[in-house]
Amino acid sequence: MSAEDPALHGMTAPGSAPGASQGPGASPGEGASPGEGNPVLQVRGLTVHHGQLQALSDVSLSLFPGDVYAIIGANGAGKSTLLRTICGLSRPTAGSIMLDDTEITRVRPERRVAAGIVMVPEGRRLFPSLTVEENLLVGAANARQGPWNPERVYQLFEWMRDRRRQRAAQLSGGEQQAVAIGRALVANPRVLLLDELSLGLAPVVVRRIYNTLPELLATGLTVLLVEQDVSQALRAASRVHCLLEGRTTLEGRPGELSPSRVEAAYFGLADTGANQSGRGGGPA
Amino acid sequence: MRSATETQARHAGERPVRVTRSRRPVAWTGLGAIVAIGIFAYLPYLVYSSTTDLFINVFILLSMASMWNLLAGYAGLVSVGQQAFVGLGAYFVLILAQHGTNPFVALPVAAIACGVVALPVWWLVARLRSGYFAIATWVVASAFELFIQRFPSLGGGTGAPLPGLSGLSPTLLTADTYWAALAVTVVALAVVYLLLRGRLGLVFTAIRDDETAARSVGSHVGRARSFIFMVAGAGCGAAGALLVISQLSVQPSSAFSVQWTAEMAFVTIIGGIGTIEGPILGTIVFFALQQNLSHYGAWYLITLGLVAISIALWARRGLWGFIDERLHIRLFPVGYWLWIDSQPPARRLPGLRRRVRDEPDQEEPPRKP
Amino acid sequence: MSWVNAVIQGILTGGLYALFACGLSLMFGVMKVVNLAHGDLAVVAGYVAVGIIAVTHIPAVWSFVLVVPVMAVLGYVLQRTLIQAALGRSVLTTLLVTFGLSVVIENGLLQFFSANSHSLQIGSLVSDSFSLGSQITIAYLPLVIFVVAVIVLLGLQFFLSSSKYGRLIRAVADDREAAQLSGTDYRHVFGIAAAIAFATVALAGIAFGMVSAFDPSIGTDQLLLFAFASVVIGGLGSLWGTLLGGTVLGIAQQIGAQINQSDQILAGYVVFLAVLVIRPQGLTGQRAEL
Repeated sequence: MSAEDPALHGMTAPGSAPGASQGPGASPGEGASPGEGNPVLQVRGLTVHHGQLQALSDVSLSLFPGDVYAIIGANGAGKSTLLRTICGLSRPTAGSIMLDDTEITRVRPERRVAAGIVMVPEGRRLFPSLTVEENLLVGAANARQGPWNPERVYQLFEWMRDRRRQRAAQLSGGEQQAVAIGRALVANPRVLLLDELSLGLAPVVVRRIYNTLPELLATGLTVLLVEQDVSQALRAASRVHCLLEGRTTLEGRPGELSPSRVEAAYFGLADTGANQSGRGGGPA
Repeated sequence: MRSATETQARHAGERPVRVTRSRRPVAWTGLGAIVAIGIFAYLPYLVYSSTTDLFINVFILLSMASMWNLLAGYAGLVSVGQQAFVGLGAYFVLILAQHGTNPFVALPVAAIACGVVALPVWWLVARLRSGYFAIATWVVASAFELFIQRFPSLGGGTGAPLPGLSGLSPTLLTADTYWAALAVTVVALAVVYLLLRGRLGLVFTAIRDDETAARSVGSHVGRARSFIFMVAGAGCGAAGALLVISQLSVQPSSAFSVQWTAEMAFVTIIGGIGTIEGPILGTIVFFALQQNLSHYGAWYLITLGLVAISIALWARRGLWGFIDERLHIRLFPVGYWLWIDSQPPARRLPGLRRRVRDEPDQEEPPRKP
Repeated sequence: MSWVNAVIQGILTGGLYALFACGLSLMFGVMKVVNLAHGDLAVVAGYVAVGIIAVTHIPAVWSFVLVVPVMAVLGYVLQRTLIQAALGRSVLTTLLVTFGLSVVIENGLLQFFSANSHSLQIGSLVSDSFSLGSQITIAYLPLVIFVVAVIVLLGLQFFLSSSKYGRLIRAVADDREAAQLSGTDYRHVFGIAAAIAFATVALAGIAFGMVSAFDPSIGTDQLLLFAFASVVIGGLGSLWGTLLGGTVLGIAQQIGAQINQSDQILAGYVVFLAVLVIRPQGLTGQRAEL
């Protein structure tokens, strides 16, 4: 959560997913639109354990086409675990994950990529000994049919074309983030998972990357992202979901949520609203 | 081996917690051990020489297996070159015997010498990660073998007989060898037990769980490992000394054969790696197998190998682990049990051993010497 | 000058050692598996070749055409079943399983073929040689093997750098999880890498069988250790480093043989141990730790 951010207190922008309304397909931005269609991704009652530790408890969410769905929460809240479970790297103890009408709870990660769920992992995780181009080619190796290919990625990030023969390890953080996104895009996902995009990057770089989101959405993508920077998340997202110690504490559209409600949900403060799951409460 | 080092932990008004060494009072284990040793000591008076001879081999293998278990099961060092010390121990005894020392007297000297040689060997191989560490120990063993073969006084490539024992009658010699083997085994097991019961055991459990964390709280990982490597070298050297005494001759190709490590390793894996009781059980199983399959040539080693592979993959804790889980017996209590409110410690929580499939490989940190 | 001949012979042998070593190095680089049965697989290939020759009567020189694909398939299967299962457990388990495999293979060969040594008979090709000037004699067979080794290494490098599966292998070696997230089934890629490793070691085993004789135990007595020594001397992580390492090993052995015939192998180990002490990252190595 960015300490300096006045936006959190003064923010009122409704439908704050930039450009979401410009895309073809359902526009989730303004208000409650009844015609949202069927959810493209449905998570129900997800519970995940890491050994003895319960990382997620009974988490549910629904992702509709064209959404930019942001998951926020403090460190250790379970955000990355949620994403890892959705893309298949962690196995849930209970609950289900449905892509359209297919249950994918037990499907291996690479098969989920083939089904259309692709994650840009936390920390970029490019292949350091491969060049930029080779990184993209690996992403495209088992890709679905669709508009995205390395050439299209170069159009999105113009600078990449000239640097494509450079080894990935030599790029700056922001450039690596762009390549990582490109690597995910060339697989032609339906649901793009973005894990902590802003980690380790300068704010101006982060904003630039978030500004590419509209173009991605325009091609029919749906985005599920985890973001440390709450104000950034609230700016970019059409829906927000807050986690605390593995449980859902808040869910809704940024425009409908007051800053104090978000704060309460984030920190687990006692709230006059729906939730009692504060710190120091009952046994875990 | 008294059962309990009981500690009354004091808490400010909370539930009293007791820490003991074992789940049940096992004072009888110490008594049982003394009785067992007594029975074994009396054995040569009770049975034929051939049976005594069999037990010599049992004890030799048991000592070696305990050492290999110490290395692999506790210190995390998979050595496939322990035969280096087996052969070295045998040849040290040979050299001393050729200069007039009684081989039985030479035995402890040879063992200590092997422990000393283990230190420079450790310096050579310590920096390598597990897989390459393993092969490097193998190279060292091969180098030792080739080196020894250069000396005609030691018999070169064909080997040499062991002088100094011709005065004794065969029965007496067998009995003496048996008692020496029993002594070596008792010492080996005692050393292993005492080491693991003390600080060293804690260090290794910590390393097993998380090496980086262990280092960061000050555990001298490298020193602990090098010490264990020396102990194992000495133990295998003692076993090698026993070998040459029991066979009255030594050949480089058999003394330095990797078959020793194969047997040590398989027996430990099958019996239960990482437990002191495991090698004991494994040795018993091995000899039971061997008695039945010995006339099938190399088959017993093939069978042993296949069984060991299967156990390593699907029953990692081996036979003793299987027993331990059901009955919670510890013949050699080296761990700790926590008693809260005087309730017996709960059974080990289920789910602790379940691994999530496709967890990334245990990425090993580079080992500092 | 027998010394010059020794050096040349050493260089040529280095090619063979590099061929042995590249599979070991590949499996470690990609899957972090040190295959202790690596040397024994070469011996298996030799025996399979002997068997195939006995049945089909094809000339020994061409036996590799049948043996190498068979071994490649064996490699894929073994990786997907046994080694993959071991990888899911721990590093220790993988070592124990490959060690167990090595013992089982050796004793199995012993059981079926006895301890006698075999070799692949290629007639006079074994000893045919030509001379450069009056003092240097080069045997054809080692030269051919060296050339084949270099070609294989070149092919391997080309495969890794330019082909789709080469890329996937490098990606999986860099970051297995990230490769999964990019849609790659890493188990399949591991299988391909193992297949390549088995194929190269089979080729090396057959070549070895032509120059020299093999018996069931030579896989671990010599071949595994030579392969390993080549990797260490040359430096981890480099195919051409392995060739250099193999060459140094070969030269060391030949010079050792010049000094004292029976010291040939020991000389190689001494050099290996020296490199381990003085420069553990090898002659071309980039990393400080193995």
